[in-house]
Amino acid sequence: MILTPEERAPQVPDDTKKVPLEMWTKCFLLEDAKIGDEVTVETVTGRRETGKLIEVNPAYNHSFGNFIPELLQIDKQVRQLLEGGE
Amino acid sequence: MAEKKNDYASVMGRKAEIMLKSVGIDYSKFESGSIAFDYEKMMRETGYSLTEMQEIQYSVNVGNTPILELKNLTALARKVAPKGKGARIFIKDEACNPSGSFKARRAANSVYHAKRLGFKGVLTATSGNYGAAVASQAAIHGLKCIVVQECYDSHGVGQPEIVEKARKCEALGAEVVQLSVGPELFYKFLLLLEETGYFNASLYTPFGIAGVETLGYEISMQFREKYGKDPDVVVCTNAGGGNLTGTKRGLIKAGAKCQVIGASVDLSGLHMASDNAFNKKSFTTGHTGFGMPFSSWPDRSDVPRSAARPLRYMDRYVTIPQGCVFYMTECLATLEGLEKGPAGNTALAAAFSLAQELPEDHMIVVQETEYTGAGKHIQPQLSFAKDNGIKIFFGDPSEEVPGENIILPNNPALIKTKEVDLDHMRRSLIKQALEVYNVKEPTDLDVRFLAEETNRDEAFVREVIKELV
Repeated sequence: MILTPEERAPQVPDDTKKVPLEMWTKCFLLEDAKIGDEVTVETVTGRRETGKLIEVNPAYNHSFGNFIPELLQIDKQVRQLLEGGE
Repeated sequence: MAEKKNDYASVMGRKAEIMLKSVGIDYSKFESGSIAFDYEKMMRETGYSLTEMQEIQYSVNVGNTPILELKNLTALARKVAPKGKGARIFIKDEACNPSGSFKARRAANSVYHAKRLGFKGVLTATSGNYGAAVASQAAIHGLKCIVVQECYDSHGVGQPEIVEKARKCEALGAEVVQLSVGPELFYKFLLLLEETGYFNASLYTPFGIAGVETLGYEISMQFREKYGKDPDVVVCTNAGGGNLTGTKRGLIKAGAKCQVIGASVDLSGLHMASDNAFNKKSFTTGHTGFGMPFSSWPDRSDVPRSAARPLRYMDRYVTIPQGCVFYMTECLATLEGLEKGPAGNTALAAAFSLAQELPEDHMIVVQETEYTGAGKHIQPQLSFAKDNGIKIFFGDPSEEVPGENIILPNNPALIKTKEVDLDHMRRSLIKQALEVYNVKEPTDLDVRFLAEETNRDEAFVREVIKELV
């Protein structure tokens, strides 16, 4: 956590002011720890950060999402428009 | 020496000092003491010449990207255009740059400069392609790199496109620092600059912006070589304004007289610093949330005087609904066999509409593409929108309400840009200038400067000032 709700900048909108400013970074543990522990870590550039350990070897989970049938409708429409009589 | 305080107000108070050290530019040299500052002197003395930039960029495999003619999209535009109308549509395939976007040009210069000045690393605050571009260049030059991103909402849900950009930065060896929503990202950014002593590879320094001049210059040279003349219109996706500024400056250096039109996705009504609205946006950049404020007041960036000053350079500014951009992205894939975007496709959707205003023998070029993939592709973006309660349906995109729905056009004839009133933005810039510098009676130099800033004459500026004071 970087800033608590009370420490946030005066210009942020109300909904944002209700929540803290949080930070995530991937690092190497300097000593053994369990999920949830306060730990000190070293980043790939060699900096030290402290914070709560939330995940081990985090994976990238972003994907191509769920299938969107509307995209096929677009394909069909524009291909037909171009094929149909010059 | 007393220990430095690291609360929000104290760190923001040290901003000028941290910036001077991390950018290496003494901006006070260009100031007049009032509203005016010497923009061209700043560009001349702190930037690089066009030839130098070409050498820097070509030595790291940046630039010289191909121009592709989109014949099927042109044919589609002619189907729905008035008779005899429908300019030839082209794209400059900037996705061919090492990091997958035109941002490699900006990063090539910044990182080269950092290395030359002897910095050990570079730091940049961006959720966009610029992060990957800086990471890529830092890798080439053997510098360390930290990218600071605004990525997650308060529930820890990340915009898929930003998550992908983080992956790419990490793949290129950078440390990625991810933050929840809010403008205080800048606070953490300043702390990191202080802690590491790295170079601030800002998007808005003269070397960053001038790096895009090669793009504009290449467009002109490539068109002259292949088609015997300059294109008639160049369309730039507009967010922070650097893309448009650099491109137009490069076109001017080539002696090209083409019209430059800025295009942004219409996200009106969504607050940019709002935690709730964050993941209701299906576009992370190239939208009005950056385009409008940065055009009407460029000096809101992370440097004292931004080198990106789009109002000086845009002939027209248009917006386009989200649904039209998604539709056009799919058309690019299904009709032209090209999967690109999202960013350049905002300008592409605009160009599809603008081409219909021009005769068939005119040429209109979209000056960038970007790599696509997991998170960035329109399918995950539309899927994410649905997950966030955004309704997606076919209809008239002019009725779209950002944050509530995405309306895919029922027919490509419904893909229409909306004109932004540039004089309104010019007035707003003048008003802001008077307020920020607390000036009641601008000097002659101020008036001349504001005329250049707004790309109008001094009479216009004096008229607006009279209305305001």
